[in-house]
Amino acid sequence: MHPAKSVIFFTTASGGGYGLLLILLLGNVFNLLPTYIFFLLVCYGLAFILIAAGLLSSTFHLGHPERAWRALTQWRSSWLSREGVMAIVTFIPTGLYALYVIFFQDSFSALMELIGLVGAVCCVITVYCTAMIYASLKTIHAWSNRFVPYGYLLLSLTTGMVLITGMMMVWGYDTGIFGWLSPLLLLGSLYWKVSYWRFLDQTKSVSSPESATGLGEFGAVSLLEAPHTEANYLMQEMGFSIARKHSEKLRKIVLWAGFGAPFILLAFALFQAGVIGGIAAVLAVVLAGIGIFVERWLFFAEAKHTVAMYYGAKDA
Amino acid sequence: MTSLPTNSPTKKLGLVIDLDICVGCHACAVNCKEWNTSGHSAPLTDQDPYGADPSGVWFNRIHSFEVENEKTGGRTVNFPKSCLHCEDAPCVTVCPTGASYKREEDGIVLVNADHCIGCKLCSWACPYGAREYDEDAGVMKKCTLCVDKIYNPNLPEESRVPACVSTCPVGARSFGDLGDPNSDVSKLVESRGGYDLMPEQECKPTNKYLPPRPKKQGSPENDTMALTPMADSSAGVISRWVDKFLSA
Repeated sequence: MHPAKSVIFFTTASGGGYGLLLILLLGNVFNLLPTYIFFLLVCYGLAFILIAAGLLSSTFHLGHPERAWRALTQWRSSWLSREGVMAIVTFIPTGLYALYVIFFQDSFSALMELIGLVGAVCCVITVYCTAMIYASLKTIHAWSNRFVPYGYLLLSLTTGMVLITGMMMVWGYDTGIFGWLSPLLLLGSLYWKVSYWRFLDQTKSVSSPESATGLGEFGAVSLLEAPHTEANYLMQEMGFSIARKHSEKLRKIVLWAGFGAPFILLAFALFQAGVIGGIAAVLAVVLAGIGIFVERWLFFAEAKHTVAMYYGAKDA
Repeated sequence: MTSLPTNSPTKKLGLVIDLDICVGCHACAVNCKEWNTSGHSAPLTDQDPYGADPSGVWFNRIHSFEVENEKTGGRTVNFPKSCLHCEDAPCVTVCPTGASYKREEDGIVLVNADHCIGCKLCSWACPYGAREYDEDAGVMKKCTLCVDKIYNPNLPEESRVPACVSTCPVGARSFGDLGDPNSDVSKLVESRGGYDLMPEQECKPTNKYLPPRPKKQGSPENDTMALTPMADSSAGVISRWVDKFLSA
């Protein structure tokens, strides 16, 4: 599948944003976070900026961005529509709670705490909807499997956790439980990614050139002549393929930049507070960001579509 | 509304494509482009049409496959492919705007170009590659089964079939109601063992494909005939005349 930059940015940025927002909401509801107003302002601000920038970027690849509102109408059948609706709905409880927790710290309201929890649930549902846009496509074997929805949720939580840990380190706070959870989640994400790649390398689509043409009973099917000499939309969009040697290199970048190095840096930062720990944490955030971006690029580039079999691909 | 019709259409208009007859001349694809570039989803735009890297929107594409078999030898199969107007069309249910829809009256799958936002998700959901994005218009386009031709009262009755069907010089394409077991197309599918493409994708395509017939095995007698040497030019005039006379 063609890796469109706008969609890759959308899923990584808003994925991280929702993860961070979820942690902020739960952290505030359960009193695990510092209540310093500027710290919260920056953290919530970052989460909302990441989410909004991602959502905005996702409209850039549309042929008619001005009609994007129409995408909110078909939530009964379409995961993309559900994602759009949930993204907007989520802004309400999360926005209200953020205002309450930042500007009305002296007052306590059980209702507002409840709204905070509702917001946290909304964050999870929105990320799940994003994942299901991909996981519901039976045509793409690399996407329509159980690894995908879990992976989106896990990576969203992990990036959020790395972000909050980095923030706390930079502000000089004791990272507490977050400092421990970050490396643990990175390790979990690494395990998930390796398992996903093993699944990808060992399995393939139920469809084949034989079933695509229905000519399997006559023998092995291969393309003799394509319908046209130049690449068409289908080949550009769905026929994107990446050389195996590149994909191996990129996988290593994901493992080390995305998970391995941030794990080491954050584990180090656990025992090394102060300036050096802060620098390690910032480096971890940057590396994890790069790694997740490459991870998402590969998620598209390595995915094969059944259509490619009509243009000479041996499997999907 | 992008949910599929609640009552599955009883009328299922579609095509039956005979892979035994198709000669791969691409006439159906050309006439499809010709009709549809001024039809329901007009125009079917092209990019760089006279340049080095031309591309454009077509609703019908003719692939050619080679089928290899050690016992029966290889064979070439020309393979026209257009929208199969699936009963469980995933391109319809994934559409976030309701632009992609399946008609309740005859099962034709269409795109409302005024509502399409051009997100391309429907083309990802289709296993067959039936949808092509129009870069110029910013919307998705696809085979309409010539909805503007098959119901057109201004055309003579025999012309009210899709452009690809009316133009096929060898009669490899048939059009009709595949929901009616007594229709000509349904009988054709029944008698020739018509099949679905990628049934495992569970889209229940309406269009059916008829398999190529088994090759005629050459009989030993025929083989000898083919190998009998004719008198060549070195033979005398009479010998050649006798050979010609007896061979006739």
